[in-house]
Amino acid sequence: MSTATNQATDPHAATLATLARVFGDGVFGMSHFRDNLRLFLPPSRLIEVLTVLRDECRFALLAELGATDYLGYPGWTRARFEVHYVLLNLDTAERLVIKTGVDDPKPELPSAVPLWLGADWMEREVFDMYGITFTGHPDLRRILMPDEFTAFPLRKDYPLRGRGERHNFPRLTREES
Amino acid sequence: MAIGSSRESHGHAPGRMGQGSVTSGVEVPENTILTTIDSVVSWCRKFSLWPMPFATACCGIELMAVGASRFDIARFGAEVMRFSPRQCDLMIVAGRVAMKMLPVLQRIWLQMPEPKWCISMGACASTGGVFDTYAVVQGIDRFIPVDVYIPGCPPRPEQILRSILDLQAKVQRGGTLSGLGLPELIERERMLEEKRNQPPGFALARERGDEDRFGYRLPGGPGTLGVDESR
Ligand code: SF4
Repeated sequence: MSTATNQATDPHAATLATLARVFGDGVFGMSHFRDNLRLFLPPSRLIEVLTVLRDECRFALLAELGATDYLGYPGWTRARFEVHYVLLNLDTAERLVIKTGVDDPKPELPSAVPLWLGADWMEREVFDMYGITFTGHPDLRRILMPDEFTAFPLRKDYPLRGRGERHNFPRLTREES
Repeated sequence: MAIGSSRESHGHAPGRMGQGSVTSGVEVPENTILTTIDSVVSWCRKFSLWPMPFATACCGIELMAVGASRFDIARFGAEVMRFSPRQCDLMIVAGRVAMKMLPVLQRIWLQMPEPKWCISMGACASTGGVFDTYAVVQGIDRFIPVDVYIPGCPPRPEQILRSILDLQAKVQRGGTLSGLGLPELIERERMLEEKRNQPPGFALARERGDEDRFGYRLPGGPGTLGVDESR
């Protein structure tokens, strides 16, 4: 498919120009993978930048929000957890990945629910699986695991077969039931 | 069970149906069967099993096929799938059971009236299958009694029909009015009970505890297996 007419230039040019106008230099790092543009932000500037992206760059949709645990990743020097926000501009179909790192003892990030309501369940899932708390989230409960579950199962230091939670139930025998 | 007329009114030798015979001095009329109440009740039960389809995953699709016209579970009298456990006497667990689902499964099992039976359908319900993770129960027979296991992933519909036939045989043999079930099942329960108290490594097959056997190491170290896990 030819995209020569409007894609000859960098599709992210307008967005980057806006960000540079508002924040100047040095707020975010940048990297490319295939046609993805990824911006790395410190958690303290996260909400600021996301607000500008939504209001001025018209990223109306938060398409995805997830996290990764890089514990024990070879050659890793940044924070242990990385949370990513995939934004979508519905007018130009431009996609942008925002990443931010949080570190171990008390991983905490500001919530994106005030910006995109759709972040609600996605942040609950990240909390459920990694134990990253989102301050300002209206209802931060576990979403997939049962409420009594105490561990965060997608952390790399959690054993794949769990710590016996899956078999911590009473046994019903034929006489009892 | 006395149906039809006595021998005198026919006036000929006993036919192949209902053979008149004399047992300990009591004359049994023709077209009459002697049996026990137990076996009549079991006979009624085994041809009117009402399944509770506890279909949690892909095996459930195969279970639907068994209910549909091509395989037609109605030929064996078990077509009345009821979604209220109060009306069922056969639970078919079709699919993996997550640890969040297990309390629900147990509750539904307890809500079913006696006498009741359970079929564990497929590799997942019976052993956890390939889903050996923190969230999947490794075999429902750890937590509820199971009468028939069906291997396969998913089992063919014929296997499910076969399991219904096997269960019917079991109901016929083991049913009593008080609903205690088969003696060998009670025996098995006792065996499982004993396994729970064995030291780690004895209650489980050895290779199941060895996570390094395929040459990869699981992140986070080996899971806790053994006594805690086997109950
Ligand atoms: S045994 Fe196979 S078909 Fe059945 S639930 Fe498990 S994965 Fe699905």
